[in-house]
Amino acid sequence: MRNSNNYVLTFAVIITVIAAVLLAGAATLLKPMQDANRKKEKQQNILSVVGKTGENDYKQFDELITALVINESGEAVEGVKAFEIDLAMDKRVKAKDASHKLQYPLYVFEENGKKTYILQLAGVGLWGPIWGYVALKEDGKTIKQVVFDHKGETPGLGAEINTHAFESQFENKSILNDNNEFVSVQVTKGAKAEGEMHKVDAISGGTITSNGVSNMLMEDIQFYLVYLNKSQS
Amino acid sequence: MSAVETKVKEVKPLLSKKNRALMVDPLSDNNPITIQVLGICSALAVTTQMKPTAVMAISVLAVLVFSNLIVSVLRNAIPSRIRIIVQLTVISVLVILVDQILQAFVYDISKQLSVFVGLIITNCIIMGRLEAFAMANKPGPSLLDALGNAAGYGWIILAVAFARELFGSGKLFGFQVIPDVFYEMGYVNNGLMLIPAGALFVIAIIIWIQRSINQKFEEA
Repeated sequence: MRNSNNYVLTFAVIITVIAAVLLAGAATLLKPMQDANRKKEKQQNILSVVGKTGENDYKQFDELITALVINESGEAVEGVKAFEIDLAMDKRVKAKDASHKLQYPLYVFEENGKKTYILQLAGVGLWGPIWGYVALKEDGKTIKQVVFDHKGETPGLGAEINTHAFESQFENKSILNDNNEFVSVQVTKGAKAEGEMHKVDAISGGTITSNGVSNMLMEDIQFYLVYLNKSQS
Repeated sequence: MSAVETKVKEVKPLLSKKNRALMVDPLSDNNPITIQVLGICSALAVTTQMKPTAVMAISVLAVLVFSNLIVSVLRNAIPSRIRIIVQLTVISVLVILVDQILQAFVYDISKQLSVFVGLIITNCIIMGRLEAFAMANKPGPSLLDALGNAAGYGWIILAVAFARELFGSGKLFGFQVIPDVFYEMGYVNNGLMLIPAGALFVIAIIIWIQRSINQKFEEA
């Protein structure tokens, strides 16, 4: 009886339905909390690159930050919510369909009359997506601070990209060389030299993640250059 | 119809000799990692730091306890032809639940563990206990067996993480414990500890110590 086809089939169906109901229930129930966590994390990430790291700063996100959306010709676009742009997804679409127009969110923070531009980055590490925010000082080329994060890089190796030790290396590096040409900041081996403006030290054991960070900086900062140039003149 | 479950009537004292063995054996004499050499993959992957390792140990404990209980309760109803897939379904549901709960309540740690929580599904220790124990035993002993094995897994990965974080990063639970003076005197962190091979060395050393204390595994 227990091995008759009917019994096996009925049993399988019942187990599947119970599993589905349980999981759907849990996902629905926990989604608001997970979404709130993600939103809070994103706001905290953006604020952290301008030194707003207080526990509750994210609650004033809308007052502190002006959000813009930049299109491929470096113009500000109206009617798109910067916070809701899924850059990683847009870049994936773009990779398959070259005609897809990218739009990049740009967050502007103003303090004591000085503007800080916060650029959003999205790339790939070893195991999955990595992303980050770069704050540029008012001159549009000097890095004030960066923050990186990742979906699933190896703890202790690639995952080190979101530690202070790694991120703080970027402070005061420049994305433009002396001739004002874009060179980005490279994450490479043994780049600790004094006065090095365009390189930071990579993570040993996390080469592919480090390269991912390099590529992401190269690709995404480039996008903002036209706009940043215009805002300088 | 043999699919009717017989009620458990006889009540054993909680820690009868047999039940005690269920709990205690997996800690050392029958440890899932060092003796049965199961679950090595996650032992290598998550043990670079103590904090994620602790959460991992607790997650495995939760999944193992509940899956052992559920499968044990259903053991007489599960058709033997599809028992493995049923066990897998039970494990997967529990693992996804754990993952969702971590994402909702301890978001930052869940992010650190990322894929490895999902990979609990493929942890041989859990499949092994379901197939070897819960399918043939009552819920009570199955619960003890699950607790014992999860603890056996947990203490080993915590021990490995302790060694790896201490020697690999000079930290424990994210706090620096090796003083700066040491570094100034030329001490360097051991990079080997940060890569999975480091975990193999640590596990091998644990096995070595265990076998020199407990001679009964040595074959002549």
